[in-house]
Amino acid sequence: MQPLTNRSKQVDRSPMTFSEKLYLPSIAKGMAITFSHLFKKRPTIQYPEQTRPFSQVFRGLHVLNRDEEGRERCTACGLCAVACPAEAITMEAAERMDGEENLYREEKYAAKYEINMLRCIFCGLCEEACPKDAIYLSETFAPANFNRQGFIYNKQELLIPNPLTEKEAYEKAAGGRVRKPVNE
Amino acid sequence: MTFSLLAITLDWGLVLEKFLLIVVVVSISLGFAMYSTYAERKVAGFLQDRLGPNRFGWFGLLQPIADAIKLFAKEDIIPNKANKVLFVLGPGLAMLAALMTSAVIPWGDTLTIGDRVVSLQIADLNIGMLYVFAVVALGVYGVMIGGWSSNNKFSLLAAIRGASQNISYELAMGLSIIALVFVTGSLSLKDIVVSQQTIGWNFFLQPLGFLLFMICAFAECNRTPFDLPEAENELNFGYHQEYSSMKLGFYLFAEYINMFISSVIMSTLYFGGYDILPFVDETKWGLDSNVLTLLGFGALMIKTVFFVFFFMWVRWTIPRFRYDQLMNLGWKKLIPLALINMLITAAVVLYLQNGWPK
Repeated sequence: MQPLTNRSKQVDRSPMTFSEKLYLPSIAKGMAITFSHLFKKRPTIQYPEQTRPFSQVFRGLHVLNRDEEGRERCTACGLCAVACPAEAITMEAAERMDGEENLYREEKYAAKYEINMLRCIFCGLCEEACPKDAIYLSETFAPANFNRQGFIYNKQELLIPNPLTEKEAYEKAAGGRVRKPVNE
Repeated sequence: MTFSLLAITLDWGLVLEKFLLIVVVVSISLGFAMYSTYAERKVAGFLQDRLGPNRFGWFGLLQPIADAIKLFAKEDIIPNKANKVLFVLGPGLAMLAALMTSAVIPWGDTLTIGDRVVSLQIADLNIGMLYVFAVVALGVYGVMIGGWSSNNKFSLLAAIRGASQNISYELAMGLSIIALVFVTGSLSLKDIVVSQQTIGWNFFLQPLGFLLFMICAFAECNRTPFDLPEAENELNFGYHQEYSSMKLGFYLFAEYINMFISSVIMSTLYFGGYDILPFVDETKWGLDSNVLTLLGFGALMIKTVFFVFFFMWVRWTIPRFRYDQLMNLGWKKLIPLALINMLITAAVVLYLQNGWPK
């Protein structure tokens, strides 16, 4: 195979010269190299206090989107669950009753909506499959948990904050990816 | 009758003074070793572009305390088929041997408190160097007993490697010291320091001897590149593999105390001990003798800190020797070099004393 870089070198197997057998010059060289690293900039990010900025297209934890009036967009059509290659999504549909028009955008809604974050591979196919702009992958990731049950996120945990009543929290949760009502 | 005579002749002030000195020296050694563990991790971090421990306390300064609490809280396991007495004795012996050396080290000149002149040395033995050798040789027992009593093949192999390494390198170390003794004419550590105050540091007279001594000190402390008895990634932890809790802590701690003590001995033998600057007569500075003594102690500590840093610097630079390379270096290179160094030194000393033979 042709070398991909010009950095490969033939291994030198000739016997060591006297100065090499002394070891000390090469040890001094190596120690100078390690000493120079004392003054180098450290790439460490102090995690809980500092975080690395995510890309605009980062695919993290899911959010269930709301429309401009704060109504849930999901109609429990099940396309996301069908599209999901890891079979992480389960849902149960319910019919909207009279007087619930301010809660749900259409006549049908998801009464139960669960995503198992241990199964999820964060591929974003659910987001592509959704015809209602209801599910998005946000710029956060699932925090650690002590038991498996804690990784199954229910609808209340997934729903984005209401853009009318909690505007700041909504903006924070939406990040750069969620299509906001303003953009429509 | 004899008892009462003893009580009269015994200088109780001297007893108290020595007792206090022992307490202070041992606590300094322990405290220094404790913070060496922190410094080791910090230095390792910095040399590898990391930060090292920085969570507990300011810059992680309370980390050693957290480590100690962790070690104490761990389950203390004694293997079923281990020799229980020796298994417990091993770490204690390692610790004892590590701490005993500090008795003959001159930590400073004399302090004058009231009308009492206090020497900052626990015992000025006229065979101080031999005592240091004897105690350092005892350190092998900790390794050997720990490895043998845990009844584990890997521990035993590592212990045998450690013992043979220590014995091999003790020879070259002894030979390099003999050359030093030719120069100073005394085995007492105090005399060695005093002679360096007048004729300059021994390092300038015995550079090769210092190099040999330092390499052997690395081997005696079981530090990289000679940490074959430990060899974390080959013998899965070596002779203290079966140890847990504070017994393991004692072994690890003994290593750091050994490192501290050998740094002090290197500074004492080759870098003037508590002498502040080479070729300078400090008594002409016109300072109070007590202040000068404390400054001298500070100078010794600065030298020691440098050598401890050097130990760590080397550890995070050089890979481990193979066992045959280690033995080759010890027997075929260091010992002949030490012998040549000794012969040349002896010839020069004789020439300077008696002149050219007629």
